Amino acid sequence: MPFPRLLAPLLLMLSMSVQAEEVSVAVAANFTAPMQKITTEFEKDTGHKVQLAFGATGKFYAQIRNGAPFQMLLSADDETPAKLEREGLTLAGSRFTYAVGSLVLWSAQPGYVDADGTVLRQGGFKKIALANPRLAPYGKAAMEVLAALGLADTLAPRFVQGENITQTFQFVSTGNAELGFVALSQVMQEGRIRTGSAWRVPDRLHTPIRQDAVILATGRDNAAATALARYLQGEKARAIIRAFGYQI
Amino acid sequence: MELSAADLAAIRLTLELASITTLLLLVLGTPLAWWLARTRSRWKGPVAAVVALPLVLPPTVIGFYLLVSLGPNGYGGQLTQALGLGLLPFTFAGLVVASIIYSLPFVVQPLQNAFAALGDRPLEVAATLRASPLDTFFTVILPLARPGYLTATVLGFAHTVGEFGVVLMIGGNIPGQTRVVSVQIYDHVEAMEYAQAHGLALSMVVFSFLVLWALYHFNPQGGRRG
Repeated sequence: MPFPRLLAPLLLMLSMSVQAEEVSVAVAANFTAPMQKITTEFEKDTGHKVQLAFGATGKFYAQIRNGAPFQMLLSADDETPAKLEREGLTLAGSRFTYAVGSLVLWSAQPGYVDADGTVLRQGGFKKIALANPRLAPYGKAAMEVLAALGLADTLAPRFVQGENITQTFQFVSTGNAELGFVALSQVMQEGRIRTGSAWRVPDRLHTPIRQDAVILATGRDNAAATALARYLQGEKARAIIRAFGYQI
Repeated sequence: MELSAADLAAIRLTLELASITTLLLLVLGTPLAWWLARTRSRWKGPVAAVVALPLVLPPTVIGFYLLVSLGPNGYGGQLTQALGLGLLPFTFAGLVVASIIYSLPFVVQPLQNAFAALGDRPLEVAATLRASPLDTFFTVILPLARPGYLTATVLGFAHTVGEFGVVLMIGGNIPGQTRVVSVQIYDHVEAMEYAQAHGLALSMVVFSFLVLWALYHFNPQGGRRG
């Protein structure tokens, strides 16, 4: 089929010159890998260009309030987008949940964490890592789980806290903490736990870790922002998101 | 402006960490700086380069390598465990070790410059007067190199107080053990508690300014002749 093969890039170029725009997106660090993949697909499918910046949601909030040139935010929580909305810094009605995080109790050692998490009660470990519950949604969820199991006080002296879920993962993956609560998306690859051992924490033990996205006021007339928001809620993007261990 | 109990604990811990680190660095840095200032060895270049390396690497990178090497799977971690010291990450001792590495050039380089500036003359005079090497050090070198020691102390202390990335990586944010002021301020900012963050940051700046000012003011060589 020589003809369509020639035609496709031509059409693409044509469509880009007509309506291609660029959108700058602030993305929660935990969503780095899936977002890179989604962006590649999105650019291929629509011709729009996407600039990604990865980082901590709290930092993005401060930057957005002080005029950072982002048109969209993919937050690690659902509070920050709601807060920005109340402050009139978003495009009204553009807020939506793009992923729901899953929590795992994970150890880099195979066979260390059992399938029911009883290792928590046996307590034969020196350090247990979790993200700072004041800052990170996964840390807050981890505290809720420990509270639900009645272990929050007994285990508190053994806590080591990462400033975010990435750092928490490093504490556990380097073996400095025997085990810790991390995001399923960090240890999962193609639907399976990559290394070590894990207990997939039941969702009923903590409030859902909703990650919301919102178009910022600066992205009001940006066609690429609107298109990306729609794309993220489409089945193609959702399949990618699920493959990385999120629910949606 | 009020500081919470957690803020005060962080301040106390930071001062403790900076004092111990500076003291140890002065003790360890003196022979190293002396050797660097006097030697004609071909190892001088490589050693000086290693001492300066912490200036190049981003703190979080240093912190990450420390986390890996001092962990149970790293050589450093296996060594500390074999010595019965346990693992250093997430402990105050671990922060001291990390701070010593991180602030090393800030102490060694001023000392090295001070020693180099002395020249051979005072040592020759001391030798003709039959002063022992130890005697020479305490009665001749130390007084003459005093401005260098002052600069080294100030820089070592200030740099450790301001340390953030390394502590963040190997500290684990444990109250009273590894939660220092810089981490506490960062937590306040990240949690959007800007008022508390401003309060703590302001007290840190004011305190540091006063300490540095006092040190420069009361140093006869550095201050009055300055």
